[in-house]
Amino acid sequence: MESFLSRYRNLSVLLLLIVAQLLLLAYQVKAGEDVRLIRVWAVTAVTPLARGIEWIRGGTGGFFSGYVFLRDVQVENQRLRQEVGQLRLRTQFLSAELATADRAKALLAFRSSLPSKTLPARVIGTGTGANARVVYVDRGSTDGVMKGMAAITPEGIVGKVVAAYPTASLVQLITEQGSVAGVISQKNRVRGILKGQGSANCAVEYIQNEDKLEAGEWFFTSGADRIFPRGLPVGRVKMVGEGRGGKEVIVAPSALQAGLEEMLIVLDGVHGLIPDPQTPASSDVSILAPPPDGASTQPASSAAEPSGAGLTDADRLREKYKRIGESQGIEFGASPGRVADFNRTPTPEAPAAKPEAAKPEVAKPNAPKPVPPVKQ
Amino acid sequence: MSEFTENLIPGLTTKSKISRFRPASYVLIPLAAILFQVYVPRFVEYLSYLELPLMVTVYFAIMRRQPVAGAIIGAAIGLAQDSLSSHPLGMFGIVMTLAGYFAASISQRFDVENSALRFILSFFFFLFHQVFFWVLARGLLGQNLDLLVPQKIIFAFLNSVVAVPLFLILDRLKIEDR
Repeated sequence: MESFLSRYRNLSVLLLLIVAQLLLLAYQVKAGEDVRLIRVWAVTAVTPLARGIEWIRGGTGGFFSGYVFLRDVQVENQRLRQEVGQLRLRTQFLSAELATADRAKALLAFRSSLPSKTLPARVIGTGTGANARVVYVDRGSTDGVMKGMAAITPEGIVGKVVAAYPTASLVQLITEQGSVAGVISQKNRVRGILKGQGSANCAVEYIQNEDKLEAGEWFFTSGADRIFPRGLPVGRVKMVGEGRGGKEVIVAPSALQAGLEEMLIVLDGVHGLIPDPQTPASSDVSILAPPPDGASTQPASSAAEPSGAGLTDADRLREKYKRIGESQGIEFGASPGRVADFNRTPTPEAPAAKPEAAKPEVAKPNAPKPVPPVKQ
Repeated sequence: MSEFTENLIPGLTTKSKISRFRPASYVLIPLAAILFQVYVPRFVEYLSYLELPLMVTVYFAIMRRQPVAGAIIGAAIGLAQDSLSSHPLGMFGIVMTLAGYFAASISQRFDVENSALRFILSFFFFLFHQVFFWVLARGLLGQNLDLLVPQKIIFAFLNSVVAVPLFLILDRLKIEDR
């Protein structure tokens, strides 16, 4: 035996390594558990570097570009050029700040309009492997992030948390192969399963050839997957055609069309409604939907506390739940303890019940019924 | 035997050389390669096709010329890569172990200082890496991944183009030839 091992030393070591790793794989697949300790160590070791890189990039990138620029000035114009450089630097800084503030404001407005409890997170890295469609965000289990939570932006759904470490989390994008989400089309209410393709677009499967679907039609989350709350925009149909086993539908995910910098992690999901087809749900309008016919436009300051006209379906739903909660003496979304009975209608003298807000959420006869909040 | 063959296969006439590196190189270079893969595509998205950890594995394996060393280096880099990916631990580990082992085995027969051979080896091992990972994902995890062969061939070519100068840079870190 000993001579056999020494004779085939190379092969023995190779087999040993392969078998050990196969056993490791088998354990993970069979038990459905991860070897968490190794990943926690790796991510915790790498996260400070990521934060450092982000800090350097965000904080001093403008300064260094300005510095290099200033080194090239001619001597006689040094002072003037320095001033110009400083002003440019300041402009650059303010523009960057403004852009960041705009993004943050949009995210905040979107967050306040959501009935779900969310946590803002910033992308700090990508996963390993060529064309990996996973990203690391700077929020981890210490912030309350858990595996299986949804990640969204005002533009649409981003993906789901596949691993939560103390200081960071791994988010699998919806374009990653194997990534799935239950979806429903906005206009024709066709249900399907969104599947990542490992490319920039996703496919929607399990749609019958008889079902009506148009190119350009929007898909929203259906809530059937119990990850993404119902009513979030997913993307627009890019291509639709008849196939053998059903329709072949390609969807361009709206949240991943531009660079992904920030996102919201849904800590406690509440289902919303699918907006009317007349209400465009693209990235440029999803934060504030246009007011209904005849309604006056609300001032921008009222975006955080919406009431009356100019509201999205999600705003109206939240108002309704808030009213029901108030009528039962419970502040909606404030405490994790008591939950209001949302099947009971509030009494007519309930406070702050505007006639417009008290109307049913969707006027269309074929529109879905209001869905009570369901904890994810 | 032609002159070209003699250049490529000096092992038939001369003794193979084993390159040595500082111990820190075996840690810092793979770490840098993995960090590159984690962070650089975030800023330059099209660089996500680069499989630097694989290139580093192949480089160390062919320079060490010892299949056992190649397999261990591959396993270590692969597992480190696994720990930062969304796959179960061992997927990249197994693929990189085999890549390291085979690269080291091949290097015993060929002159791995030759840039043309390095290009071919990088090309071959990138395809091997992608195909074997696909096989493992389908066979062991039951994942229905697509294998886009033309895309993989283009990526293999691009990786090989990067690998040749990278190997030349890494050659400067050698400390001793025996």
